[in-house]
Amino acid sequence: MATPAQAVTANRLNDGEVVYLDAAGNWAESLDESKFVTDKAEAQQLLEQGEKSVDDRVVLDPYLFDVTIENGVAIPVKKREHIRANGPTVRLDLGKQAAEPVEFKKAS
Amino acid sequence: MYRYDEFDQQLVNERVEQFRGQVARRLSGELEEDEFKPLRLMNGLYLQLHAYMLRVAIPYGTLSSKQMRMLAHIARKYDRDYGHFTTRQNIQYNWPKLGDVPDILKDLATVEMHAIQTSGNCIRNVTSDQYAGVAADEIEDPRIASEIIRQWSTLHPEFSFLPRKFKIAVTGSPHDRAAIKVHDIGLIIVRNDKGEVGFEVYVGGGQGRTPMVGPRIREFLPKNELLAYLEAILRVYNELGRRDNLYKARIKILVHQTGAEKFAQMVEDEFAKIDKTGELNLPNDEIERITAYFADPAYKELPTISADFQAKKSEDPAFAAWVANNVAEHKVPGYAIVNISLKPIGGIPGDASADQMDAIADLMQKYSMDEIRVTHEQNLTLPYVEQGDLYDLWQSLKAHDLATANISQITDIIACPGLDYCNLANARSIPLAQEISERFGTGERADAIGELKIKISGCINACGHHHVGHIGILGVDKKGVEFYQITLGGSADENASLGDIVGPAFTEDKVIDAIETIVDTYLDKKQDGEKFLETYRRVGLAPFKETLYAAG
Repeated sequence: MATPAQAVTANRLNDGEVVYLDAAGNWAESLDESKFVTDKAEAQQLLEQGEKSVDDRVVLDPYLFDVTIENGVAIPVKKREHIRANGPTVRLDLGKQAAEPVEFKKAS
Repeated sequence: MYRYDEFDQQLVNERVEQFRGQVARRLSGELEEDEFKPLRLMNGLYLQLHAYMLRVAIPYGTLSSKQMRMLAHIARKYDRDYGHFTTRQNIQYNWPKLGDVPDILKDLATVEMHAIQTSGNCIRNVTSDQYAGVAADEIEDPRIASEIIRQWSTLHPEFSFLPRKFKIAVTGSPHDRAAIKVHDIGLIIVRNDKGEVGFEVYVGGGQGRTPMVGPRIREFLPKNELLAYLEAILRVYNELGRRDNLYKARIKILVHQTGAEKFAQMVEDEFAKIDKTGELNLPNDEIERITAYFADPAYKELPTISADFQAKKSEDPAFAAWVANNVAEHKVPGYAIVNISLKPIGGIPGDASADQMDAIADLMQKYSMDEIRVTHEQNLTLPYVEQGDLYDLWQSLKAHDLATANISQITDIIACPGLDYCNLANARSIPLAQEISERFGTGERADAIGELKIKISGCINACGHHHVGHIGILGVDKKGVEFYQITLGGSADENASLGDIVGPAFTEDKVIDAIETIVDTYLDKKQDGEKFLETYRRVGLAPFKETLYAAG
């Protein structure tokens, strides 16, 4: 069953790396480690938590984005987030996908 | 080539250290992102989808082998072993770390390069004709004016905070290879009735959301008055350009809304106020000083046609095909202009690996008097090759996957980075270029199709020049799905035109077939010797519309 959810993402200040806010309030490099929320109020809370990291000089421009959880795997709804989570579709040797190909890549 | 004087070098060195301080203050928290962002942009540093992106200026596209080697070194040391040559004749690195950027800029400064004014609302890197100095039909080398404009516009205090970015292009040939009519200012070097050399001035061209072919506002501008006149244009724009609306801030909107004639008059009024004998006057000896940097190299006296070269062409059809497509006529007998395609079949337009850059640097030294040009169509041009060396050069290029014989053919596609890299993109561009390239390839079919320029942008900002593609493709996002809108009949040359939208957009899986239908329609309608654009201009949109949408 597919469940719509949201997560918070940003780019890390020192290297621009795409990162996701995890359940412990840290910024993880993989979407799999992200915290997913289904409730609007929770989403807002998560975003506010992420925004604090801007002041702490950890990340830039955090925002909420939509995913669908299917069989426990998060699939970004928009192509843009799919590409951010993996890397350029034309260079599979670059970006996150180069290190460890992740399952949700198959979604496109 | 131009060489930095002590002022140029000091300015660039100081800028590196300023930026080092700015980065340190950002990382230590003394600067907020809102404060830092304009500073990093002034040094060509963007934040894209996956990482920061650094855009390095290549003034009018000219590089020495030493500079090319440095670009390779930077790709290797600080990035992911490649760089991307752009339609602005620049190079972009897609993966630098913020803390490394001051060191990258320091390395660049050692070879007289920088990233100043490759972003922000200032006068950007001046672009020009890649055949500058070697084209047979050239009136005067456009690099001279380009360099003068570069010096004048570098850190120009009055024009560092314009309403929007500002791009100037210069050509010295009647055949425009620099797309000057779709620039904020386009200059064509011309000769008047009295035999004097000066500039024809176009203003308010551009692409993006509101594409315009720039109107001519001056038929002949004497050389010595170039800077005074440019300053007059910029002053009118700086005062009246729309700062209230990002989408209406480019000079093209001001020119269009004011009317070209009235705008020209406003520029003339401003021009009249400028003291032409003052600091904006360009004295002849200064023009001569700059001209000397671009003097012809020491050409040998060679036979007009090399017998050896002719023999190789008859022996080796693959070589002959490469010569036919990639080699252009040189103004000096026995020499040739060689275009290196950065569009391998199925490859990424404009990308070059660090190893390829090093190999190219070797070939520049060995065969082209140490010089190369980056073209706005994302290829490279060796300007000074002896005909007798062409066969050996071609073999070396082949060894590095740089000998694709497709210049100006259907596979010589301009594509912006698109949604694979860019923060602004709505759709991907590169995969389309790759699929089209694979569908048509090189050889008999591509030769039969002939000159056909496809240009692809992943959003309305039109970095991929789709408005002026013979076939233009614009990626749009419709509820999270990539769609592609096709335009036909655009052109960026001396007969510049904007493409016409053919009809409703296509999905990703239909767009390549649509391109093939357009090509087949052209082949069906073409008359003897007619190129795609000529056929389109004769028959119009209707037959293409019919074949594309009839079945639906």
